[in-house]
Amino acid sequence: METKEIKNKVRKEQQLMTGAQAVVHSLIAEGVDLMFGYPGGAIMPVYDALYDVQDSLTHVLTRHEQGATHAAQGYARATGKVGVCIATSGPGATNLITGIADAQIDSTPMVCITGQVASHLLGTDAFQETDVIGISMPVTKWNFQVTRAEEIPMAIAKAFYIARTGKPGPVLVDITKDAQFGEVAFNYVPFKGMRSYVPTPALEMDSLTKAAALINTAKKPFILFGQGVVLSGAEEEFKTFIEKTGIPSAWTILGLSALNSDHYLNVGMLGMHGNYAPNKMTNECDVLIAIGMRFDDRVTGDLSRYATQAKVVHLEIDPAEIDKNVKTDVAVLGDAKETLEELTKIVDQREHAEWLAEFRALEQEEIDTVINEELSPKSDVMTMGEVIHQINEVSDQKNIFVTDVGQHQMIACRYAKFKQSRSMITSGGLGTMGFCLPAAIGAKMGMPNSQVIGIIGDGGFQMTIQELGTIFQCKTAVKIVVLNNEFLGMVRQWQELFFDKRYASTEMVNPDFQTIVKGYGIATKKVIERADLESSVKEMLAHDGSYFLEVMVGKENNVFPMVPTGASVSEIRLK
Amino acid sequence: MRKERFTISIFTEDIVGILNRVTIMFTRRKINVESIAASESEIKGIHRYTIVITETEDLVKKLVLQIDKQVEVVKAVYHIDSEIVYQEIALYKVATSILASGGKAERIVRAHNARVLSVEIEFTVLEKTGHKDETQQLFEELEPYGILEFVRSGRVAITKPMRTLDSIVKGLEDLVEK
Ligand SMILES: Cc1ncc(C[n+]2csc(CCOP(=O)(O)OP(=O)(O)O)c2C)c(N)n1
Repeated sequence: METKEIKNKVRKEQQLMTGAQAVVHSLIAEGVDLMFGYPGGAIMPVYDALYDVQDSLTHVLTRHEQGATHAAQGYARATGKVGVCIATSGPGATNLITGIADAQIDSTPMVCITGQVASHLLGTDAFQETDVIGISMPVTKWNFQVTRAEEIPMAIAKAFYIARTGKPGPVLVDITKDAQFGEVAFNYVPFKGMRSYVPTPALEMDSLTKAAALINTAKKPFILFGQGVVLSGAEEEFKTFIEKTGIPSAWTILGLSALNSDHYLNVGMLGMHGNYAPNKMTNECDVLIAIGMRFDDRVTGDLSRYATQAKVVHLEIDPAEIDKNVKTDVAVLGDAKETLEELTKIVDQREHAEWLAEFRALEQEEIDTVINEELSPKSDVMTMGEVIHQINEVSDQKNIFVTDVGQHQMIACRYAKFKQSRSMITSGGLGTMGFCLPAAIGAKMGMPNSQVIGIIGDGGFQMTIQELGTIFQCKTAVKIVVLNNEFLGMVRQWQELFFDKRYASTEMVNPDFQTIVKGYGIATKKVIERADLESSVKEMLAHDGSYFLEVMVGKENNVFPMVPTGASVSEIRLK
Repeated sequence: MRKERFTISIFTEDIVGILNRVTIMFTRRKINVESIAASESEIKGIHRYTIVITETEDLVKKLVLQIDKQVEVVKAVYHIDSEIVYQEIALYKVATSILASGGKAERIVRAHNARVLSVEIEFTVLEKTGHKDETQQLFEELEPYGILEFVRSGRVAITKPMRTLDSIVKGLEDLVEK
């Protein structure tokens, strides 16, 4: 044999490969078949390696790195798998930060890979050098800089492990260019854990028993559930638990869809624009049971007047959440699935018919004063609510909704109906405008057989509008609904209510979205009159490919009810 | 709730960047760090930081949990002064001429049990180990004679409770899937 051939054979036997190849083979070993990103100088070796594995690992070229992160988030939240995105050093890396921060606060499992200048240039202000480790540290669950090829498999294995276990979150692996070019004998060993990271605290029987005692003797128990139920895949256990205990249950917007909308114990949405009953009843219940939620200030309003009458039970995976905002009487640490399974065994079968009826009475008040007018307005001006209602009416309610941030988001959360979990993907903690379009792309790619519908405002649409290019190139059959009020609606609402209607920089003079969208080859329709709404929604849902539906809604409509900032949840306003 | 002085002990893996990750937890809450000391611990591969802050216990509790949850932080705990044995070291550079034997400054140095570390023609370096009020007291007494340079280390502290780091680490290592 020729020396070259021998060398190649040896390379193959020892699985010798470049660091860049090790990156893609590590991803494949982790089961990744789809990732989102944008190339550039410092990550080019990895892109070159991707070229060879296109059959097993698809790379989606977004139109901006922020889009790549949100797409990875949408993918992760729809599928439950880890989202992966990749970018070059410097501006590529900094463009990831918003999405990483969003994933951090919403506990979304995501692995970000960035290229970095060669290790001998680190710290020298080299071309496109930015300290992405430093910048991303406050918004990642973990990050790590690789400077040698042989570190790559271990770093990526660790990244996936940390991203998906315990309370999930985003991690970032920064890889210098010389490490990508370097050589490594590839041997992928999945990461099993480390002493300085306990993903799931052990369940303590003692606190379970105490929790059960409180629940069993409660006269007016009330459950608040969040994304923890979804993240631990505990939807069934949760349902069994509430059905046995008969406790009315309200959701945070990240917990939404974990329980079917029409479940008899589902009493609606918590928080600033949530439903009337659950906000009011927070200050009426005697035992408050929080499951996989973190008492965000948008949920609690004024903490000093929040459920002070109630004993609080908190089921939570993250010890740092206990007593962070609301003092608990019984904290049960652990994974929601296991905790609920065990707790269900020791709680009594009960019903709380009268208590539940109190919720329903308040709900009726909300229906009469707010909901009817939102869903079937008497005025000619269209509302955001009737668009969502229309989608409920003409679909099988098995859609995956993705929203942006603003009024339309609150309306979508309030009125969209769900029959299955992981069906509401919204930027809750960070409230990132521009989230929807790319996140919807990621969700659709992860769940190609589901109807994925993005609900966006005219403001947020223009924050990541370039991702229409991704839809065009990838032929992503996502449905995009822009609820156009020609305002930055949510900010305008606040200006109206709290700043004397001084509409500083909230009015939007928009381009013709129809023309823009047509340029991307996407089927499109604009609805100006109610008469066209139903048929257009039907047409959109029936359409095979991507579809853009723009609905002109009232310019100065407000979202109610509302708990004004600084107010107590019980001071929720119906108008 | 009243603000008190707390000593936070943080045990971490010995890796680049973890100190940054830890200090971020203070800066994001706008907490001023009064002193910080970093060193190895009795276990190879585990570093420890000793950080002193003055805050309410309620806040310190939350802060320490948030630090503790950082990946690569092995353990974070907090104590009040009575639960630890602690020291700081201070170095004082003074003109050698003020320390003429039998002089007032010399008596001060003696009374404080300060150690002479180095004597040069122009200057002398003194060392005093103790609590901050003690090293501060010496500073104030020497000040009229002229202090050319002064430095005080961060607090280092040993906890009184008997649970060893070794047993904590063993417990954590047992949790890791083999
Ligand atoms: C990136 C970003 N910038 C600013 C904001 C503040 N903000 C919250 S809602 C909102 C208005 C959103 O307007 P639009 O997208 O038109 O949706 P609408 O409220 O009208 O439904 C703004 C500016 C934000 N959430 N995110």
